[in-house]
Amino acid sequence: MDAEAAKLIGAGLAAIGAGLAAGGVGNVFGSFLQGALRNPAAADGQQGRLFIGFAAAELLGLLAFVVAMILIFVA
Amino acid sequence: MGGRVLDRVVNVAGESGKIDPMHQFQIEPLFGSENWMIGGYNLAFTNSALFMMVVLGALWVFMWGGMKREVVPGRWQMAVEGVTGFVNNMLTSSVGPEGKKYVPLVFSLFMFILMANFIGMMPFGIVPGVHPFTVTSHLTVTAVLAVLSFGTVLVVGFWKHGLHFFSLFVPHGTPWWLLWLIPLIELFSFLIRPFSLALRLFVAMTAGHVLMKVLAGFVINGLNAEAAWVPFVVSIPSFILMIGITLLELLVCAIQAYVFALLTSLYINDAVNLH
Repeated sequence: MDAEAAKLIGAGLAAIGAGLAAGGVGNVFGSFLQGALRNPAAADGQQGRLFIGFAAAELLGLLAFVVAMILIFVA
Repeated sequence: MGGRVLDRVVNVAGESGKIDPMHQFQIEPLFGSENWMIGGYNLAFTNSALFMMVVLGALWVFMWGGMKREVVPGRWQMAVEGVTGFVNNMLTSSVGPEGKKYVPLVFSLFMFILMANFIGMMPFGIVPGVHPFTVTSHLTVTAVLAVLSFGTVLVVGFWKHGLHFFSLFVPHGTPWWLLWLIPLIELFSFLIRPFSLALRLFVAMTAGHVLMKVLAGFVINGLNAEAAWVPFVVSIPSFILMIGITLLELLVCAIQAYVFALLTSLYINDAVNLH
């Protein structure tokens, strides 16, 4: 296979990671909402933890994006 | 990015002859300052530096307008007090009463990142000859911010606890037969913090701006197409999508600044209270 083509295919495969991270972020917010609707009084106190979970899940998707960018522009 | 990367970016743009989504991140010397040298280093006044000054100016005006200390606060003072109160609450809830000392640091980080993100999203491009630049879309800038946060944790931790700070790597209740593994994992997760802080902010801003430019390219190329149906099928839906993505990006700007400040205050909590 041509090296350039392999790079572009790899960058496309990295997009799978971004999609999976989208599922992860959705899971974080969905689970938070489930818990918050059961006990709305406790929801406000957990917003910090919500955003920590969001940040951790999102970072992995962003890393997939970095991999794609490195494959296209740097490697 | 290095010179080789820029060459490639230019090449990619040249090959397609279309809109280059990476051009917006290029650092250019302004006002004929490209030959300013100090000690063998080129210290040109770049567009990045210019927009840092713009952010600083905006932040200064914002704070100056709200620090009049009126007994009955007006709207502006309420806005400033709202932000300071927000950072204050964040630190008191995650660090405790000792967190008050770190409000100025976390407030400066939070407001600088927030303003830089927002000013990078502002449509300055409609003024001819003005190219907006997002300061936080460069790893060098976000890495310095992350090093500020991480360095504070190290200095505060060793200052307050001395070598006892290393007990951070052995959480309470670690079973003795895991003592060889847990400190390694904790050390690794501790050392990776500045990288994750810097990368998160940098990539979130870069990805958002690339997406915006790609969509803008769809709009413009669709309008330039020869077939008459293309603008209706491509340009108008892309434009509507772009409006939605812009709103999403403004949300991401605020969330990234918030996450940076929140994680910084959690790390400071580790340094002050040791788990």
